[in-house]
Amino acid sequence: MTATFGAYGGRYVPETLVPALDELTAAWERLRDDASFLAELDELRTSYAGRPTPLTRVERFAPEQRVYLKREDLMHTGAHKVNNALGQALIAQRLGKRRIIAETGAGQHGVATATVCARFGLECVVYMGSEDMRRQAPNVERMRLLGAEVQPVEFGTRTLKEATSEAIRDWIANVETTHYIIGSVVGPAPYPEIVRELQRVIGREAREQFLALEGRLPEAVVACVGGGSNAIGMFYDFIEDEGVRLVGVEAAGAASLGSGRPGVLHGARSSLLADADGQILDAHSISAGLDYPGVGPEHAFLRDSGRAEYVACTDGEALDAFHRLCRTEGIVPALESSHALARALDCGAELVAVCLSGRGDKDLAEVLAQR
Amino acid sequence: MKTLVVYLMAMPDTPQLAEAAVEAGADVIEVGFPFSDPLADGPMIRRAGERALAAGMRTARCLEVLAEIRGRVAVPLVPMTYSSIFDAYGWERLEGDMRAAGATSLIVADLPADERPELHRVQLVAPTSTDERLKLAAETTDGWLYLVTVAGTTGARAELAPTLEPLARRARALTAVPLYAGFGISTGEHARAAAELVDGVVVGSRTVEAAEQGPRALAEVVSALRAGLDAAAPVA
Repeated sequence: MTATFGAYGGRYVPETLVPALDELTAAWERLRDDASFLAELDELRTSYAGRPTPLTRVERFAPEQRVYLKREDLMHTGAHKVNNALGQALIAQRLGKRRIIAETGAGQHGVATATVCARFGLECVVYMGSEDMRRQAPNVERMRLLGAEVQPVEFGTRTLKEATSEAIRDWIANVETTHYIIGSVVGPAPYPEIVRELQRVIGREAREQFLALEGRLPEAVVACVGGGSNAIGMFYDFIEDEGVRLVGVEAAGAASLGSGRPGVLHGARSSLLADADGQILDAHSISAGLDYPGVGPEHAFLRDSGRAEYVACTDGEALDAFHRLCRTEGIVPALESSHALARALDCGAELVAVCLSGRGDKDLAEVLAQR
Repeated sequence: MKTLVVYLMAMPDTPQLAEAAVEAGADVIEVGFPFSDPLADGPMIRRAGERALAAGMRTARCLEVLAEIRGRVAVPLVPMTYSSIFDAYGWERLEGDMRAAGATSLIVADLPADERPELHRVQLVAPTSTDERLKLAAETTDGWLYLVTVAGTTGARAELAPTLEPLARRARALTAVPLYAGFGISTGEHARAAAELVDGVVVGSRTVEAAEQGPRALAEVVSALRAGLDAAAPVA
């Protein structure tokens, strides 16, 4: 049997991939407690990627509350995605795989993967929907500068869902030489667990920093949820803290948890935007990183168990929060993170920690086009 | 006699097409229930699935088409689809309704043998499968074992994959169930070469392509595959 989160998770993939998933599972079980692996990862996080990131009080943004931002936007490559890409590149090296593939929506995971591949001398192919290539043009150029091949995906919604499907098809065809660095806590087991463990550093640091600054834990921890990797990373070390509310914020047009139903997509059973026949529906969000009809299976589990709550945010509310943070704090957030910022202001909590998962440079064209 | 399995995407005209395929020499018909995100399929079957969904071929309608095919042909019928379709309809309920509509067995392309073992189905194995996994699939499979010839998705290829030979040899050593090879088999010559290694072949992308041109075009392709199979030297 494969790892599950209650009724969610699993390995719903063609048989061709199963031996590679077994190999990855075995490697991960070895490495997660391996002192030399952890030391190398820790050293790279510090000296290359910029950890720990600060926790910043935003008094002008939220004058009625005590809101702190966990500054993943200050990470190398501009988002939390590099936490995962670095760890998985180290895993790929130990598996002896020299070719890396990835999918990307907003381009942040693609850039993070292209970056670590350049750093370690690995071949890199990134699948990206052509609609997202249009919306996130600067990140396409960055990936190419870093030596990655960006493979446009021209069918279906031309966004993250199809890019993920094409990356998985590439992996099926090249599984013996290739490691797939999936960008979120989605996909077949063991990916949701590996990505969570690599992103947990966000919440671990945030919890210590919050305690040091406020002498107590936050009332609410807020993060945006597309696939859900920054959210699970931010939430995980607070799960045992029963008094802390965990608030995931989905794009209103891509609310896989808020308005989804159980289903199977990209190798896992989770909560999805799907019709009654199990056909996957299109998601709609101004933010390419949230424009995905699925979500990590562990979020579906946390929702059902009641430990985390998931709320929605419209494109307009996210844009308002985007502009507000720019003007009041001098921080340009990613549109994805702006969803979390909007709900942080009205979640009803006084003491709040928000994961600012990425910076918004990539979104300038999209934001200006909304004026 | 080698077995020829022909895959057709469920469409309103699939019953006539299935009849033409059987008359031209198909021994088993696989009926694709389309899914929006078919990970195991290459462009040809993916696009056929998109057209089927656009034509309203949802699960209930696919079951009707399956029953109509059953009314026209006597050969085994095997619906093939993805986990999401089962999960939405109910795993046991869909298996029951498929069999009630005339299905002999079924295939779930993204469900390896150790997931939901209670669902009785034709199992797939691949060149990457370990002997242990081959054994598990062979022990649990329903009637025959589907040998995926190549690490890759469905779709016509220039040559029969060299990975089939070692896979067939390993599978043969582990099990007595019939072995049918599929993925990348599109010509009579491919069928002949594969039939020297296994008990039958599955053809999908090429027959889906031909079916779009109607029953006559499909019958021509099936006849050529049949001739290739019948020309194969017996398995040593």
